[in-house]
Amino acid sequence: MPGSLVLVTVHVPDIRISRPQVQPERPIPDAQKLAGESTSDVSAVRKFLLSRGNSSIADAVFHWLMVLCGLSIFAIVALIAFELVLRSQLSWQKFGLSFFYQAFTDRETHLPMFWDPVNEHFSALPFVYGTLVSSFLALLISVPLAIGLAIFLTEMCPLALRGPLAFLTELLAAIPSVIYGLWAVFVLVPLLRAHINPFLIHGFGWTGLFNDENPTGLGFLAAGVILAIMILPIISSLTREVMTAVPHSQREAVLALGATRWEMIRMGVLRNARIGIVGGIILGLGRALGETMAVAMVIGNTPEIHRSLLSNGSTMSAVIANEYAEAVSDMHFSALTEIGLALFIITIIVNALAQLLIWMVTRGTPSQVH
Amino acid sequence: MNEEKFKFRSRMRALTDSSVTALSILATVLVVAPLVAIFVYLVYKGASSLNLDFFTQIPKPVGEAGGGMANAIWGSALLLALASIIGVPVGIGGGIFLAEYGRGTKLANAVRFTADVLNGVPSIVMGVAVYALIVKPHIPFLPFTGHFSGFSGGVALGIMMIPTVCRTTEEMLLMVPHAVREAALGLGVPNWRSVLSITVKTASPGIITGCMLAFARVAGETAPLIFTALGNSFWSSNLNQPIAALPLQIYVYALSPYDDWHRLAWAGALVLIVLIVLAVSLVRYVTSRGVLKGAS
Amino acid sequence: MGVGIEVTNLNAWYGTNHTLQDINLNIPANHATALIGPSGCGKSTFVRCLNRMHETNPIARVTGTVRIGDLDIYVDAKPVEIRRRVGMVFQRPNPFPTMSIYDNVASGLKLNGYSNRRGLDEIVEKSLKNSALWDEVKDDLRKKSGASLSGGQQQRLCIARALAVDPEVLLMDEPASALDPVSTSKIEDLIFQLKSQYTIVIVTHNMQQAARVAEKTGFFLNGRMVEFDSTHKIFTNPSDKRTEDYITGRFG
Repeated sequence: MPGSLVLVTVHVPDIRISRPQVQPERPIPDAQKLAGESTSDVSAVRKFLLSRGNSSIADAVFHWLMVLCGLSIFAIVALIAFELVLRSQLSWQKFGLSFFYQAFTDRETHLPMFWDPVNEHFSALPFVYGTLVSSFLALLISVPLAIGLAIFLTEMCPLALRGPLAFLTELLAAIPSVIYGLWAVFVLVPLLRAHINPFLIHGFGWTGLFNDENPTGLGFLAAGVILAIMILPIISSLTREVMTAVPHSQREAVLALGATRWEMIRMGVLRNARIGIVGGIILGLGRALGETMAVAMVIGNTPEIHRSLLSNGSTMSAVIANEYAEAVSDMHFSALTEIGLALFIITIIVNALAQLLIWMVTRGTPSQVH
Repeated sequence: MNEEKFKFRSRMRALTDSSVTALSILATVLVVAPLVAIFVYLVYKGASSLNLDFFTQIPKPVGEAGGGMANAIWGSALLLALASIIGVPVGIGGGIFLAEYGRGTKLANAVRFTADVLNGVPSIVMGVAVYALIVKPHIPFLPFTGHFSGFSGGVALGIMMIPTVCRTTEEMLLMVPHAVREAALGLGVPNWRSVLSITVKTASPGIITGCMLAFARVAGETAPLIFTALGNSFWSSNLNQPIAALPLQIYVYALSPYDDWHRLAWAGALVLIVLIVLAVSLVRYVTSRGVLKGAS
Repeated sequence: MGVGIEVTNLNAWYGTNHTLQDINLNIPANHATALIGPSGCGKSTFVRCLNRMHETNPIARVTGTVRIGDLDIYVDAKPVEIRRRVGMVFQRPNPFPTMSIYDNVASGLKLNGYSNRRGLDEIVEKSLKNSALWDEVKDDLRKKSGASLSGGQQQRLCIARALAVDPEVLLMDEPASALDPVSTSKIEDLIFQLKSQYTIVIVTHNMQQAARVAEKTGFFLNGRMVEFDSTHKIFTNPSDKRTEDYITGRFG
């Protein structure tokens, strides 16, 4: 029996009627008197109600309609997966798994190249690289800030400030990606170009992570910074959620031992909320991996791999946004879809993991860390 | 000697404590600063670019000054209307299923998990899927297929609304006290009627809030529209054709080389953000006031 | 007018917990019958079996026969039909929070599709008068929400709501346990007036209350009905030792 049918039986309780073998024949004086014998206007009401059916058909129809709505969510996810798999077949058959790690060599320059729609050479490697670099850069910047903010909001902030600050971070989460991109293009990128990049090149150029080959200000760093600003509210609000879920008694127990506030936060709160915070970070990572518009506007959009964080690059989502509508061939289209499929699978895994971790903390299952 | 050590250690502990306090305050400032910067800059740039033309004119050809985004505002309104027609009923229905019919069952847990997964699917992937489903193939006898259209954009946004609406609806319905459900049952009200007229109605402020949240979220979505609705520089109400959308227009104008278009992009961003701030504030107002007034 | 209730071999379970065991009972029409007993004795489960509310819990199960008037409620009809004939008042007042006072009273009819506006006006007024709430609320019937009333008023509103569908039986599950003494005595007066028109079954843990309002009293203990007799007899000369222990306060 399919799972959906099992559900229906849930609200139909298990009622077994066993008719009694012997009906006791005790006389009851008024018991058999029926309603409706009096002729008051209220009995019209009774007649009306008796005339109404038990509406079991309407109930069943409504019930199934709601089940259908629930199942449609399955259907949507399944349809998305199906379409992505179907439309990426061409590329999958030609390149296989090497799609994600191979490099081609240019015939004339003998330099490695990855993405050549005209000659139908496709490798997702630079996009995977760009996605990973920009996302981890974003985590590197945002995680300490988000946790600091969460600690401040839950443990130190004066009550009067807490509301407005929480509201501000909520707003930060609601601003559309394209507006972050707009701001990044006109404010962040010029700022990086004029002040921060020269400083980084001058001071840390020796690491090889910062060189002056790309003077535009676009690139991985710009993408990482704007992503950091975008995922900060997600990580911060989830961290706050799991920190407030830590029972108050835990805090008091540590404080009663004479701990300072930081020791209380570290031992009483962070230790208990650790797994949930990791969940929040992973959720932020999931968002960063799939984020499109702001990144596409500032990363430079070149299918190349560079060590320097100041170089142009591209990400999985950015290349789809830029090329999908104008794919030059079926293979190009298929390769882009395969990148979409990879993104789909990665974000599902990352989100499921995050949900699991957060759920472990907030649903009362104590996280066993000592 | 021991006492010295102890004193030193407690001084160190106090020092750590205050430095952590300072660090978290610094983190807060570092977080709030860019936000304030973004807002101030946005309002400054947007307000100085906004005028009546923005709301009444369609874009002028390159090189001509002036023009507005009336077509994009109208296009966004149509797309969002279509998205809501798809996303709100299905989402609320799914929420009713989770809270009223499936509570505690494996199927409900699976649906809830899938909704969370769908919520995490990047919007660009949604665009890819809808493109592959509706825009790319021409399905015989099926209108809206085989080409870029407002319809496909609305479908993509509608699908994105479903998980948010569904999960908020579920949460709000679970907040309705059991006693209210029992009261309706005790009156012999048919189940469907009791769910709609009593439970859902009691939770309606919260459910409306959830719908607005979902609405605000997709109102600013650009990625799923790039290769579905595509954009249009002219006035169009035809959902069977490419249609303009505010976020899409902002994207195109921001990356253009023309100052006049940059100005329009800022103005568009301000309009979008005002809409979203209004929605978020309303949501906060409703939820802080207690979602279910009087029901405890 | 009310009808009698005839219960034969009633058994009920919550999961594996056998909460009611072999209950046999005849409840007379147009009288008040009180069910007393320590908490957890099954008296609430019993009344919830009389309008099939017990089975709304997925793990609940019932066997046996309950006849209300000429209707075998577990065989002849669907739960919704039973519940339209058997009104119920719950332990905590539970008016519909989003509805006005008027709509609360009219809800049982409106939600079942009754749309005669003048008829509704009359029924609402009559029900509110019957539940002794009319004078307190008649000026803001449509203005005030049901949830804005005081606890005692809310409970009388719930009684009015139950009366509006003109039930044959009125079940009351500890209707006054969440109320203050003044409201409690108002509810008791009300039961006293209503019992000539309706068959009332009232669950209470308050023995004085049972003695004040009911003609018949049943004593429940550990899922069984120990004794069922006239209230006077139960409280003055019970035939079972356990009843006597309970009413004299030796346990429970």
